Amino acid sequence: MNHFVVHDEADSVGVVVVEGVKAGTRLSGWIMDQDKDIKVKALSDIPIGHKLAIKSLRKGGTVIKYGVDIGCVTADIAVGEHVHTQNLKTKRW
Amino acid sequence: MNLKKASFRGYRRENGRVGVRNHVVILPLDDLSNAASLAVENNIKGSLALPHPYGRLQFGADLELFFRTLIGTGSNPNVAAVVVIGIEEEWTRRVVEGIAATGKPVTGFGIEQHGDHDTIMRASKAAKQYVQWATDLRREECPIKDLWVSTKCGESDTTSGLASNPTAGNVFDKLYPHKATLVFGETTEITGGEQLVAARCRTPAVRSQFMAMFNRYQEVIDRHKTSDLMDSQPTKGNILGGLTTIEEKALGNIQKIGKKCVVDGVLDKAETPTGPGLWFMDSSSAAAEMVTLVAAAGFVVHLFPTGQGNVIGNPIVPVIKLSANPRTVRTMSEHIDVDVSGILKRELTLDQAGDALLETLFRTVNGRLTSAEVLGHREFVLTRLYESA
Repeated sequence: MNHFVVHDEADSVGVVVVEGVKAGTRLSGWIMDQDKDIKVKALSDIPIGHKLAIKSLRKGGTVIKYGVDIGCVTADIAVGEHVHTQNLKTKRW
Repeated sequence: MNLKKASFRGYRRENGRVGVRNHVVILPLDDLSNAASLAVENNIKGSLALPHPYGRLQFGADLELFFRTLIGTGSNPNVAAVVVIGIEEEWTRRVVEGIAATGKPVTGFGIEQHGDHDTIMRASKAAKQYVQWATDLRREECPIKDLWVSTKCGESDTTSGLASNPTAGNVFDKLYPHKATLVFGETTEITGGEQLVAARCRTPAVRSQFMAMFNRYQEVIDRHKTSDLMDSQPTKGNILGGLTTIEEKALGNIQKIGKKCVVDGVLDKAETPTGPGLWFMDSSSAAAEMVTLVAAAGFVVHLFPTGQGNVIGNPIVPVIKLSANPRTVRTMSEHIDVDVSGILKRELTLDQAGDALLETLFRTVNGRLTSAEVLGHREFVLTRLYESA
């Protein structure tokens, strides 16, 4: 079963594409652009469509998705943790 | 899908453009004329009223956009004939003359000095003739170069950027070499991906026009914003769906222009393109506003990827909805025309998803109604630039 999808192997996050992911679940992922498999253990409950970190991120750092900067890290994030408004913010506006 | 010999069956209009629907529109000039227009629609089966809240005391560029949108809507080749109803005759005549330039049947009625009853009676008689004339018209075989296709996504989530937007982009990549006319827009929703779009512009002149439009819209945001726009752009629905920042939303959004097609030119709001290719229209990212603007520019069918389930339609243009979110496809199935969630399960390739969307596109332009049409979604929303006088 494919639990999450990553656009590019340079990305720091993937997207959960199934419902009901709970903390502790071992997740299988697919890196689309390079057609590679990846495994991550979820550290949070993550709703479908939401992001999980596949690299550890430090406060003040940058989240990469599509191989591009999508915003600033506002709290440290561990691999497998839910990435959303609580730890990621736009650099625009 | 091999498009080399592909064709579709459409209505060739007096000016050579091809429509995929055959509406007789009752077009109110202003808010005051909605009641009479709706009464005519009720009297004459097969006619379609387009009520809207504007048309009074607008001025300057806002007034020009208003006329361009109304005249463009009436001129759209999906419209066979138009009855215009306005509170007074001068501006009514301006809309009638604008639409008449296409060669299609159009007539106008002013309410002042007549009242609603007499206006409804006279307009109903004209509408009856138009409906019977229009229903006698027949579709004919047309090449893909006669097809004008727009795209804009709505209530996006992360599955939009992963699968449904790239599917629309795959269709654009397949139509582009066959000289279809294509458009995308949503100026603020490119924020964070503007350099990627700029790099796709055909010439330095197009690139600088695009960046000027992008920067102007950023200034509007900067002037009026009271926060970082969280909950507006991205919307509450986007955030619930997992999108966190405008940059992330924008990078998903621009997947709709595919990997190969080039941005050949830019358009002002509701402006008609002058040739085939991919055009960028400076526009709001609000779904109904944007689809109304591209319909007024002459586009006849719309590809609308959604993540969380935007239910939009348009009165004159069929809106084809696709989604890759399996939960949305399950809970809102009546709204979704093409399910591309298989991409995320690795059961469907992007190329196969593009072909599935193309097949639905051809069935739709040949006459099959979309979900939004069957469900009665007729969102007709005019873009305003500023307050009335």
